[in-house]
Amino acid sequence: MQTLTTRSKVASNKKMTFVEKLYLPAIMGGMALTLKHFFKKKVTIQYPEQKREFAPVFRGQHVLKRDENGAERCTACGLCAVACPAEAITMTAAERKPGEEALYREEKYASVYEINMLRCIFCGLCEEACPKEAIFLTDRMVDTDYVRKNFIYGKDKLVDPLNNPIDVSKRETRETREFKTHPEFTHNKLNTKSLK
Amino acid sequence: MTLYLFLILGFFAVLSALMVVFSKNPIHSILYLVLTFFAIAGEYVLLNAQFLAIVNIIVYAGAIMVLFLFVVMLLNLNHETEPHKSMLRKLIAVIAAGLLMVVLVGSLKGADTMAIQPFSHNAGLIENLGKVLFDQFLLPFEVSAVLFLAAMVGAVMLGKKDIK
Amino acid sequence: MTFSLFIIYKIVLVVVVFLISLVIAMYSTYAERKVAAFMQDRLGPNRAGPFGILQPVADGVKMFMKEEIIPQVSNKFLFILGPSIAMFTSCITGAVIPWGTSLHLFGHDFSLQVTDINIGILYIMAVTSIGVYGIMIGGWASNNKYSLLGALRASSQMISYEVAMGLAIIALVMHTGTLSLKAIAAQQVGWHWNVFYQPVGFLIFLVCAFAETNRTPFDLPESDSELIGGYHTEYSSMKLGFYLFAEYINMFISSAIMSTLYFGGYNMPLIGRLHLSPNTAAILGVVFLFAKIFFFIFFFMWVRWTVPRFRFDQLMNLGWKILIPLSIFWVAITGFVTLMIHR
Repeated sequence: MQTLTTRSKVASNKKMTFVEKLYLPAIMGGMALTLKHFFKKKVTIQYPEQKREFAPVFRGQHVLKRDENGAERCTACGLCAVACPAEAITMTAAERKPGEEALYREEKYASVYEINMLRCIFCGLCEEACPKEAIFLTDRMVDTDYVRKNFIYGKDKLVDPLNNPIDVSKRETRETREFKTHPEFTHNKLNTKSLK
Repeated sequence: MTLYLFLILGFFAVLSALMVVFSKNPIHSILYLVLTFFAIAGEYVLLNAQFLAIVNIIVYAGAIMVLFLFVVMLLNLNHETEPHKSMLRKLIAVIAAGLLMVVLVGSLKGADTMAIQPFSHNAGLIENLGKVLFDQFLLPFEVSAVLFLAAMVGAVMLGKKDIK
Repeated sequence: MTFSLFIIYKIVLVVVVFLISLVIAMYSTYAERKVAAFMQDRLGPNRAGPFGILQPVADGVKMFMKEEIIPQVSNKFLFILGPSIAMFTSCITGAVIPWGTSLHLFGHDFSLQVTDINIGILYIMAVTSIGVYGIMIGGWASNNKYSLLGALRASSQMISYEVAMGLAIIALVMHTGTLSLKAIAAQQVGWHWNVFYQPVGFLIFLVCAFAETNRTPFDLPESDSELIGGYHTEYSSMKLGFYLFAEYINMFISSAIMSTLYFGGYNMPLIGRLHLSPNTAAILGVVFLFAKIFFFIFFFMWVRWTVPRFRFDQLMNLGWKILIPLSIFWVAITGFVTLMIHR
């Protein structure tokens, strides 16, 4: 039978020899092993100074993206809140007033958008559900805090800062965009049908 | 100096020996007994018998008393589980203990008093003790060793689960 | 030497020995964490000061700042007495260890040993046998089943291994012919280390030293994974610190005893050829003794992070069915060989 690892050993119940019964050779072997590791290169990453590189698919703190003109993309459709398995997202919709076109892309926008970071499981379903390419999970970690209420992130913490936008190009690939918009995919067809 | 030390140690020995009897908590009794042994070990040191002092501590305080403590800790002795003792029982106990004292006093009174040998300051040192034990008292020493062996075998026999 | 000078010299020596054992115990906690980390391919504490050398200070401050909890149902006096005894007994052992030969200063000879009693080994045996009271009393006074189990394990383990340790020492004493640690250290000049004459005795002594100091693989009294913390489950703050500290001091002292009894103490091989002045040689001897001690402390940690804990019945089997017969056998062999030589 093919073994799954190269290090597996078949257990046997054969009687131990006298030398084996002394256990001393086995203990010496163990001591040699630990001594070998004593001088080995350490694998520790010293966190605040060194940071481990995240995988491209890492899902950290969310961001609400703006479009090319700096207007918020979110239209408060609520699909992310529906998709969220942890029920971490809440929002309040509001109507765009005349003159606010530079702030909000669509006629309807989220006046309040909150994610409870203690409930969030960072599954990324909100990102997948979003039809407007507004919410993305980034490679940033959620900061620690001493009080629970500070973990409910509002728009102040979620919306992309104007002057230095957060890079989500790794997650906003052409494939994902196509997946969401291509008319060949059934889910997009269903959406358009129901809308009609 | 030595006299004062002797008196202080003796006072402690007697006091803690009394506390062994009078303290309600058996654990405290045992700890007072350990203190008594320490006081007695101190007296041995005053006699320049360091070997006896240390052996007294190793054997009595370090091993036997630990076993006592071991047993008492497992017994969970406290006020609720202590059986009621009637006055009659107490009276019987006092009479029995009194009789024992009478016997002891009587036997000591009748014994011949040997002339006190001049105290040698080296009597308690290990070299001299060894010479005496393996020379003058070889037979009693070996006999007591056999006695201990017999006791050990007996303990092992009792400890065995099933005797065939 | 006048009486007052004698008193001052002894007090200085006692304080120095005491401080050294405390500092070494402090840094043993740091070394333990570092060794554990290195053996597990980690770095260990390295934030407090360069390489983390201020870590013991931080730990000590933490210990002192922690809330002091004495359980309501415990026996308060004994609860405090337990760690006190543990600390006391581990501190007084250093009195009989010869840390070096003697320094010749201002026309007087200052021996680097607090006191040379002619039964030094027995004194150490006695103190270790008293040390178990600290654990037993603390464990019982906590009024907690885990603590009690830890205390019972500690006492039975210590009594069992004291027997084999005593027999190993008897074999050593038959070889050396003296019970004074100073004389034993002085005998092992050059390469005449006792370990070459008493290899089996040393092995037994080593195993028993692990058991007596409650170090892994014999750490059943505290075994965190079975008994939470064993005898110190209910302890907090500096009383817990005392127990942990006592363990490290015990480790230091037993390393010192092993070096003195079996590895020549302050003796260095080939030092006689260098023709050093007596004082330099004495100081070098102290350094050499401490090098041996540090090796043994490292060895204690090395074993701790290699060998897993024994089961209790295995521990008792090893003690009573293997070590004691082996030590009796070794005593017999030593006696026979000594008889042959001295004929």
